[in-house]
Amino acid sequence: MSQSTTATTVEFQVAEETAPAAATGGEAAGGEAHGTTEGTEAHGGGHQAVFPPLDTKTYPSQLFWLLIFFAALYVLMSKVVLPRISAILAKRKATIDSDLARAQALKDETEAAVKAYEKALADARANATEIARTTREAVTRDVDAESHKLDEALAQKVTAAEAKIAASKAKALDAVEDIAADSAVEIVAALGGGKVTKAAVAKAIKG
Amino acid sequence: MANDPIHQFQIHDLTGSFNLGGYEISFTNSALFMGVTVAVITGFLLLASSRAALVPGRLQSVGELWYGMIDNMVNNVLGPDGRKFFPLVFSLFSFVLVANMLGMFPYFFTVTSHVIVTASLALFVVGLVVVVGVWKHGLGWFKLFVPHGVPLAILPFISLIEIISFLSRPISLGLRLFGNMLAGHIVLKVFAGFVVSLGAAGGLGILGAIAPLAMAVALTALEFLVAFLQAFVFAILTCVYLNDALHTHH
Repeated sequence: MSQSTTATTVEFQVAEETAPAAATGGEAAGGEAHGTTEGTEAHGGGHQAVFPPLDTKTYPSQLFWLLIFFAALYVLMSKVVLPRISAILAKRKATIDSDLARAQALKDETEAAVKAYEKALADARANATEIARTTREAVTRDVDAESHKLDEALAQKVTAAEAKIAASKAKALDAVEDIAADSAVEIVAALGGGKVTKAAVAKAIKG
Repeated sequence: MANDPIHQFQIHDLTGSFNLGGYEISFTNSALFMGVTVAVITGFLLLASSRAALVPGRLQSVGELWYGMIDNMVNNVLGPDGRKFFPLVFSLFSFVLVANMLGMFPYFFTVTSHVIVTASLALFVVGLVVVVGVWKHGLGWFKLFVPHGVPLAILPFISLIEIISFLSRPISLGLRLFGNMLAGHIVLKVFAGFVVSLGAAGGLGILGAIAPLAMAVALTALEFLVAFLQAFVFAILTCVYLNDALHTHH
């Protein structure tokens, strides 16, 4: 393999340097090119004279194909491959973003619902307190009014009773005076003091 | 002959000589592997993106990682107005990476082990920097070589240094890749050659061949690292240089 390689290499150099027709004169031309007599005889000797990366004969070919293939690569990358990959990445980003946005929206909704629930609860509680308060006030007012009325009625009754007692007392005192007058008339009569009228006695008692 | 370390860099034509305007441009093994490189990149990435799954599989993940790495690099170094260079940086990185990786296969030709290829890519990058710089900033772009706030006395000297440093960019960019790939392959081949020649000696030689074999294995691992690293370095330096063209800070 190496032998044939050497031959083609030499041929390459010759084709470049002298003439395309020199293909058959490989050995002689090769010796000429390398400036050594046993250059092509020893295996691999053909490329010892010119270090391949510094062999300027191969430069046009390398430059030409580099230009072609690198241009092809650039076009393929910029027109086909990179847009494809960036589309995949963009799609993924869009999906993730929209999912996150939806999650955020759902979270907001949940929070709003919780807030609404809490507000309703607080309202209900406040309402209940209000109702309790008004009820309590109404009841208190009723009780107060009732007890006031009762107090007044009782006071009236007490006053009436006191009046009645006073009347009874006066009546009783009158009766005592009457009895005392009667007794006095009789006592006077019994003592023989004459006749004394009851009216005079009563007048005397009252003094 | 098999352990001649230079043999692997030999270029030979495959289809017979072909001339264009007096230049020999026959289809060589180098051209073949350039084609294979392009085919592998395109084929792999098309295959990786063929399912276009929302949740990527293994292959698609690799493709997306590949894309994402260069995407990040371009965004971080060049910023948003460097987007239009993304396909170029991606192509450069992929071409160098896959060419390097293909070179790791025995009997495969390493496209990037030839200085004309790496230097052409590097010259193209630096040429593009000049073109883009002048396109965007006009002749004012050349103020890049005249830094601000330098005393007038030493300004010519500084400018000379700036110009030399700028001109050395394509050389360093191209030679770095070329040198790494060439030297790595030669060293690998030399150690592998030791294994063969020591093993052929028999007896003690076979025992002695263990050391170069271990070395060859270790170097192979190192070469895979270098193959990736050099592609990465090439891409990031391309970005850094293009950044000079886009955003002139002087």
